[in-house]
Amino acid sequence: MVTSIIRRLIQAVFVVVAMTVIVFIGVNVIGNPVDILINPDANQAERARVIAHYGLDQPLWRQYLLFLQGLLHGDFGNSFVYGRPAMGLILERLPATLELAISALAIALVFGLPLGLYAGLYPNRVSSKLIMSGSILGFSLPTFWVGLMLIMVFSVELGWLPTNGRGPTLELFGVRWSFLTGEGLRHLLLPAFNLALFKTSLILRLTRAGVQEVLPQDYVKFARAKGLRERRVIAVHVLKNLMIPVVTIIGLEFGSLIAFSVVTESIFAWPGMGKLIIDSINLLDRPVIVAYLMMMVLLFVVLNFIIDVCYTILDPRVRLDSKA
Amino acid sequence: MSALLQVRNLVTEFGGGKGQPGTRAVNDVSFSVERGRVLGLVGESGSGKSVTGFSIIRLLERPGRIAAGEIFFDGVDISRNSEEEMRRLRGKRIAMVFQDPTMTLNPVLSVGTQMIEAVLAHESVSKEAARQRARDALGLVGIPSPEERLAAYPHQFSGGMRQRVAIAIALLHKPDLIIADEPTTALDVTIQSQIIAEFQKLTEEARTAVIWVTHDLAIVSRLADDIAVMYAGRLVETGPVSEVLNDPRHPYTAGLIASVPSQNHRGERLHQINGMTPALNRLPQGCSFRTRCERADDGCLVMPELALAGERSFRCIHPVTKVSAS
Amino acid sequence: MAEHDMQETLPEPGRLSKHLADFFASPAAAIGFVTLLVICCLALLAPWISPQNPYDLMQLDIMDGRLPPGSESMTGLVYHLGTDSQGRDILSGILYGLRTSLLVGVLSAFAAAIIGTTAGLFAAYMGRRTETVIMRLVDLQLSFPTILMALMMLAILGKGVLNVVIALIIAEWATYARTVRATALVEREKEYIEAARMLRLPGWRILFRHLLPNCLAPVIVIATMQVARAIGLEATLSFLGLGASVTEPSLGMLISTGYQYLLTGLYWISFFPGIALLVTIVAINLVGDRLRDVLNPRNAS
Repeated sequence: MVTSIIRRLIQAVFVVVAMTVIVFIGVNVIGNPVDILINPDANQAERARVIAHYGLDQPLWRQYLLFLQGLLHGDFGNSFVYGRPAMGLILERLPATLELAISALAIALVFGLPLGLYAGLYPNRVSSKLIMSGSILGFSLPTFWVGLMLIMVFSVELGWLPTNGRGPTLELFGVRWSFLTGEGLRHLLLPAFNLALFKTSLILRLTRAGVQEVLPQDYVKFARAKGLRERRVIAVHVLKNLMIPVVTIIGLEFGSLIAFSVVTESIFAWPGMGKLIIDSINLLDRPVIVAYLMMMVLLFVVLNFIIDVCYTILDPRVRLDSKA
Repeated sequence: MSALLQVRNLVTEFGGGKGQPGTRAVNDVSFSVERGRVLGLVGESGSGKSVTGFSIIRLLERPGRIAAGEIFFDGVDISRNSEEEMRRLRGKRIAMVFQDPTMTLNPVLSVGTQMIEAVLAHESVSKEAARQRARDALGLVGIPSPEERLAAYPHQFSGGMRQRVAIAIALLHKPDLIIADEPTTALDVTIQSQIIAEFQKLTEEARTAVIWVTHDLAIVSRLADDIAVMYAGRLVETGPVSEVLNDPRHPYTAGLIASVPSQNHRGERLHQINGMTPALNRLPQGCSFRTRCERADDGCLVMPELALAGERSFRCIHPVTKVSAS
Repeated sequence: MAEHDMQETLPEPGRLSKHLADFFASPAAAIGFVTLLVICCLALLAPWISPQNPYDLMQLDIMDGRLPPGSESMTGLVYHLGTDSQGRDILSGILYGLRTSLLVGVLSAFAAAIIGTTAGLFAAYMGRRTETVIMRLVDLQLSFPTILMALMMLAILGKGVLNVVIALIIAEWATYARTVRATALVEREKEYIEAARMLRLPGWRILFRHLLPNCLAPVIVIATMQVARAIGLEATLSFLGLGASVTEPSLGMLISTGYQYLLTGLYWISFFPGIALLVTIVAINLVGDRLRDVLNPRNAS
């Protein structure tokens, strides 16, 4: 197990390095670094100073090493817009995005898993067919448009829920969270549901497919032949096998939720990383863009690593074989 | 009503319903099994032998269902039982062993968990007591160091060992009847013999009745007391094993016996039955075996009744006799 | 038996018509297809059938801004679906927007399909190091969500519809490469490829004449689904202000401009373009879903 973890760590490092190369090439070779890097308002002396500071007069490989050096120190430069370290800006907004993504994932699981289980166990019922048709709609509905419609119905027409911001927050573990206050929870509700819609459909369909794959297996039949109650057959024998693919997908989709939160955050003015990156792209705030991209790369690599470990814990075949 | 299990005119259909007839996988099958005896239920794949076993324990896959007939178990017709009543029987009084031991145990649960839950499904004892029972059962089927093996997962066992675990699970509650669905087909010959010996001991000591579903006549001749041959969903011949195998009456049984390699002499051409098993939804009119039978004539266009002859019965109007066979 | 096998390996003459019949056996797919056909016609004919040219600022009257559906303009033109803040007829905006959406969707899916298929075939055919390099790149790319890839490209390339297309191509090619390689690997082991190699046919010929046709079915299915995804993504990116410009709005941009008025109850600017978008995506998904079933060799019984 230790060797497999080390192997995965090496792979993870490889991915990070590859992405730094891609981002570096993207920003410094394809894009015009002078245009992007230097504040258009800067004067000639300032330009020369920045070019020297970033080493743009140096050969490419040296520039790349300088870039890497900055990364290692978490130094992405100062935001042109805010005039503060880019990484700090990102980190400040990380909790809001995490809160939104975690809530959305929770909603997707709470709805997707049971509905998928139901549709898988009783595929011929009308209700199951309705659920499956609904999930196609969930796949096709553009998230951002659904967000607008949610606002239209629940905020404008019914006036039940607020449309923007996080509402009041409370501090826990040194970070401020919305879900700890009633008003904050009300602010969280619409964005979280909006972000969860697509993933709910995905988890639902995945669960159903999994159930239909596991149910005809001999070990399920054998479990019944032992005289187990149906509840135990489903809750232990079917679900435990189902969890392996579901956990993998949940891990991957959590990363995708964070990436997709750019849309939801823009609609509901949720002050997270996503809104920041869109503003930064619009304003060409390059240090923030690079910081965000590297942050996401790191996040995905860490997530993939965690999934691998979870997978190992869940599946005795993987766990015990690699130990031997 | 002395027999432990009496199956009467069992019909199992797939599909159909609401007045529509489905495909009959089991058609008008009757037989009985007594305590301490082994019935070999023989047939090719698709003959309905496995479906018969699953009908008794009522674990048919959708859209299969029992369409008609009675299944008397210890004097009670269990074909009318509720699902909960069936559940209480399963594993407790009627146990089952499956064909492929690599598929019967859940890969993500430890062997201990899968055995303990089987104990707890029928008895409210402490977990420790259930664990002790599981340990004893593993020892009983000859698995070394059972305590350690309880913590292990199925993939850490060999195929033969897994089948022993499955048998140990079947034995946990000392059932009256075990339905064994080709339990040795997937195993090596040496392991096969060990498992068969295990079952022989069982029927002698615990007087457990066994229905051994198989296509292997060699195993039946070693293990079973009685034999029931199925073809295309129907019984074609039943009787005591020694009599039926030595003196088959139905041409299909005779063909099966002749196809066993050991029945032939070296250099002699191996006998084979012409043609293929017909699809259940496209059976020929009359006797289902008619199209593959050398003895068939126009009389076979009507389905023959099961003719009784002492302890034996067969479904053929032109039965094979020892004289005509030789 | 032998005869039966022969029939299965020989291409049947009526395969296309059989697929067509299979396809239309599903009412949902038929409805999806007809809807898609109508949408395509509307988009193609937009310059001739739409009440006004929404991109021509001269035709817009700011005085007609934010009129509800069914209102009439000074010139007698009826705004069936209302107008946006610039006095742009929403119906015309939708018809023109569909052009952009479909063009972006088809163009990016098509280009990504060509690049991805070539890469996948190449990887499968060359094997060894070429394969490793290509597939590592594919793995790397597929471990990040599409929108992140697209955002990254837009951050590098800057805003604009063309850049959105490029971003979509770069974000999506890997899916094709992986599928085509997997299919091609299976095909590569088959006897006819072996035979072609024995005949010393040139490599490109084996690739394109023999391997490619057998990988086409999955590519068609993915491409169909990707058109829908690309349309959705383009709309999303335009909504975020990274795609189409305000003066030549696509569906996403129209919805975006309606966003601020939504809060005051002017629903139609965002609502109707969204419906158009939804209907288009659902129609494509229905067609793609059915194509997958029909073209899947495992289902062809």
